[in-house]
Amino acid sequence: MNRHANESRKFVIAGIALIIVVTYIIRLAFLQLGESDYKTNADNNAFFNNVIFPSRGVLYDRNGELLVFNQLAYDIMVVMREVQELDTLDLCKTLGISKQDFIDRMNTIKDRNKNPGYSSYTQQLFMPQMSSKDFSIFQEKMFRFRGFYVRERTIRRYATNHGAHVLGDVAEVAPTDIEKDPYYSPGDYIGKQGVERSYEKYLRGEKGIEVLLRDARGRIQGHYKNGANDHKPVPGKDLTLSIDINVQALGERLMKNKMGAIVAIEPKTGEVLCMVSAPSYDPRELEGKERGKHMMEMGRDPMKPMLNRAILGTYPPGSTFKTTQALTFLQEGIINDQTAYPCSHGFRFGSLKVGCHAHGSPLTLEPAISTSCNGYFCWGLYYMFSNRRKYKNVQQAMTTWKDYMVSMGFGYKLGIDMPAEARGMIPNADYYDKAHKFSWSALSVISIAIGQGEVTLTPLQIANLGATIANRGYYITPHVVKKIHGDKLADSLLVKHITKVEPKYYEKVVNGMRRSVLGGTCHAANNPWYEVCGKTGTAQNRGQDHSVFMGFAPKDNPKIAVAVYVENGGWGATYGVPIGALLMEQYINGKLSEESELKAQAIEEKVINYGTRER
Amino acid sequence: MAQGNDSKSVIRSIDWATITLYLILITWGWFSVCGASYDFTNPDVFSFSTNSGKQMVWACTSFTLAMALLMIEKKFYNMGAYIIYGGMLLLLIVTLIIAPDTKGSRSWIPLGPVKLQPAEFAKFAVALAIGKYMDKYDFNMNNTRQFTRLIAMICVPILIIILQKETGTALVYLTFFLVLYREGMTGSLLFTAFAAVVYFVVGIRFSTDTISVNLPVITGEFVVLILAMVFTTIMTWIYTKNELALKVMLVGGWGITLLAILFSVYVIPFDVCKIILFLNLLIVLYLVVLTFYYRFYKYALIAAFAAMSTSFFYICHTMFDHLADHQRIRIEVLLGMKEDLRGAGYNVNQAKIAIGSGGLSGKGFLNGTQTKLKYVPEQDTDFIFCTVGEEEGFIGSAGVLITYLLFIWRLIALAERQPDTMGRVYGYSVLSIFLFHLFINVGMVLGLTPVIGIPLPFFSYGGSSLWGFTILLFIFLRMDAERNIKRQ
Repeated sequence: MNRHANESRKFVIAGIALIIVVTYIIRLAFLQLGESDYKTNADNNAFFNNVIFPSRGVLYDRNGELLVFNQLAYDIMVVMREVQELDTLDLCKTLGISKQDFIDRMNTIKDRNKNPGYSSYTQQLFMPQMSSKDFSIFQEKMFRFRGFYVRERTIRRYATNHGAHVLGDVAEVAPTDIEKDPYYSPGDYIGKQGVERSYEKYLRGEKGIEVLLRDARGRIQGHYKNGANDHKPVPGKDLTLSIDINVQALGERLMKNKMGAIVAIEPKTGEVLCMVSAPSYDPRELEGKERGKHMMEMGRDPMKPMLNRAILGTYPPGSTFKTTQALTFLQEGIINDQTAYPCSHGFRFGSLKVGCHAHGSPLTLEPAISTSCNGYFCWGLYYMFSNRRKYKNVQQAMTTWKDYMVSMGFGYKLGIDMPAEARGMIPNADYYDKAHKFSWSALSVISIAIGQGEVTLTPLQIANLGATIANRGYYITPHVVKKIHGDKLADSLLVKHITKVEPKYYEKVVNGMRRSVLGGTCHAANNPWYEVCGKTGTAQNRGQDHSVFMGFAPKDNPKIAVAVYVENGGWGATYGVPIGALLMEQYINGKLSEESELKAQAIEEKVINYGTRER
Repeated sequence: MAQGNDSKSVIRSIDWATITLYLILITWGWFSVCGASYDFTNPDVFSFSTNSGKQMVWACTSFTLAMALLMIEKKFYNMGAYIIYGGMLLLLIVTLIIAPDTKGSRSWIPLGPVKLQPAEFAKFAVALAIGKYMDKYDFNMNNTRQFTRLIAMICVPILIIILQKETGTALVYLTFFLVLYREGMTGSLLFTAFAAVVYFVVGIRFSTDTISVNLPVITGEFVVLILAMVFTTIMTWIYTKNELALKVMLVGGWGITLLAILFSVYVIPFDVCKIILFLNLLIVLYLVVLTFYYRFYKYALIAAFAAMSTSFFYICHTMFDHLADHQRIRIEVLLGMKEDLRGAGYNVNQAKIAIGSGGLSGKGFLNGTQTKLKYVPEQDTDFIFCTVGEEEGFIGSAGVLITYLLFIWRLIALAERQPDTMGRVYGYSVLSIFLFHLFINVGMVLGLTPVIGIPLPFFSYGGSSLWGFTILLFIFLRMDAERNIKRQ
């Protein structure tokens, strides 16, 4: 063989070797000398950032009663390398777990799929959230279990079993929260619902950190740069809620076995005094270890106890809405004190008929409100929408009408300081143009005059209507937090919203509402202590009508405005009026009279059967 | 000639440069194993209960083995090459039958307290056998029969080792093709293999995204088809120098492709790949016609290459879809299509973190936090290079790579000075195996090559591999030492 035939190919092979080595050296330079993610990740592994959790702010009610606080709990940690000569049986007995449970927990820790940060040299979570009672038993024996450690955590505790929807709850952060806010790391707690969520930034405080150095054995070597990079945790800010927990408790009691919502507002300040959504649940069910189980049970419940109907439920307001119509017609000059419309068991126009109950006819505004006359307000709307001297066409009339409604806080979110809120529905001209292909008139939309048809409001918006009338023409954005300790409330919660209707017209509606308590639909709300103004509503529904009440008291210098909405409760006077009256009494008098107490018991015992269908 | 005189001149002719590099690598490797397996609760690195202690034993026995091997004359291998090869095949088959199942692989034979992996030793047998075969007086690489036999000698052990479920080790045998290349095998085969890897990587990596709205084609498919056309044209020119064929391909293939792309971008966007695929098929047809016209076999080979290239994307795709999930995920992670830090990507990611944390000069011996705190799995075997990177930094790890480069270059020089084909082939086999291990093992730790579990010679913990590499090397050093003795 000619040995030199392909000798030059040795350069190709030597070249391949060179290319490989040079490529790898470049790669090494990139990894080791460049500023890459890999370096910071390695720092994370070598430095030990010991996070010190701040205490979360606690919650008080408006009278200073403690509602939500923190309690120490203990996580049992384990360092696998140090576990030696373990008396498994003794450990299981002390912790109250089975041997199989122990094996499962150990296997979960070692499984890199479930526990990606596993290292046998560092502390791993063995058992979360032991109570101090259980922990004290464990603590006595801890010296026997080598490799087991304790980490203190605080968990949320509730001093009350009321107000679950307002208070909300905390739980471990979801991965999506971590993505959105780098403040959180896995295992941290975050507010999930209610005030806990909407005031998360104030309540959580700021985590402290100790930067510790570890050597190759995983032992702590002390503070990095003598603690120059450490900082102390800042405790979370406490909150005083505007909720009166006694009113809240009474509301929940009265709504027992019913579905619906109650909202009470202090008109002058916009502070929400109670926010009941029924059915409700005990906030303590979402504490600690049992949370997941209860969440699942409630998620399956067809009555949806987790849903806060007070701000997320949208309902037809029924006759309570007539007050807004009266205000609009007065301000627009469609009606005045003397204007009287006929009502012969309702509003009749051609083949169209909106029914009404028996009362005198024709009648003026005040009696129309107190008797809750459908005919009066239908005529009012008819004359407004058909008035071609004032409005070019029906669209323009509709737009004017809508602007009044919006100025009263309907159709858009009110901006309450809760995590979610529905906006309800106020139709506009576009809406009907689309629905009726531009050919529509006052008669097509007549039912909006009596709070039916397309109009829907949240119970909060109905209560806010009460507050607006009580204030004679303005409202403050409703809010459930009265005070942040060491900080001030968001400006948006203190804004005064003035409606498009002048106070003098409000006075007329107030008189009408007063009359309905004295001798109209709301007479059950009358009492000797203070002057109540109210308006019932009986919102038509496919099934049994909804029972609605909106009112405030006292008439002059009002302290409380209330909206009660009981689904399928029938006449407004059946449930709405007595529940509203009791709440006012509880708040204004601070307690219920004996007679009222009996009434409360009677209402509490009433059950409305809703069947089991999904709603 | 007197035996004694020979021995003396042989010892004098041993290449001490290679032995020095060998000793440097083994010592360096031992320190790395210490670093990787060090346990602070058991600080005695020489204790036999630790991996570093065991590795010391393996190293010492390797030196003894090396001495013994230096005593065995080349004659012995020359005569016994086929017997050794046959015996090794037998051992591999026996292993396949008797070996117990360890983590899914059936390649380890337990011998008392230690385990041996015959697949590690079989490499030198193959190297000897192909060396001996090519040393035949009438051997010609272009003789199809002889070439086929040669390929069979390499592929039979590969098959058995694959049956033992040691795919990584089996892949090492592919390096023998580098040896064949040195011995005159046409470079187009290596190039074809290279092209196949490029097609696979590009085709799979970009199999889901499209280039742009105006060029709505699957990126992978588009690039592979274009590359197939370009490679085919270049091969046609290099191997046939047929100007007419070149012009036909440039105008008919490249030209129309360009027009199609311009049409798609500026007039109506459409799937250009259909056109290119059609053109490629036309080129294949054209080459087949040329084969019959000129009666020149190279056209047929190029046609085969073009056909394979064109269909490669589609075949790969079908195969890829039929892979088992864990295999597919491994490939996807490697190609950067998936970030799977918990599963297959975990090792590699942790390895990169460990290396990155080393910085310029490293954290110092036994001070690597990443490797000590066991963030990196398998760190004293396949992922040993992490420890080097973390504790010795860029200087240390680049130093290891450069030492290896010098070692391989030295072996090339040694191989080239062999007086006969057997010695040269064997020498090239040895260095190719080292090169392949270096390429795959370090590449995998750096996240550049697939995670194939093969050791880094002299560094990874383990007796079988250390012995295997020592045997491989010292047989060659003895052959080299005899270079000045005339063949009898």
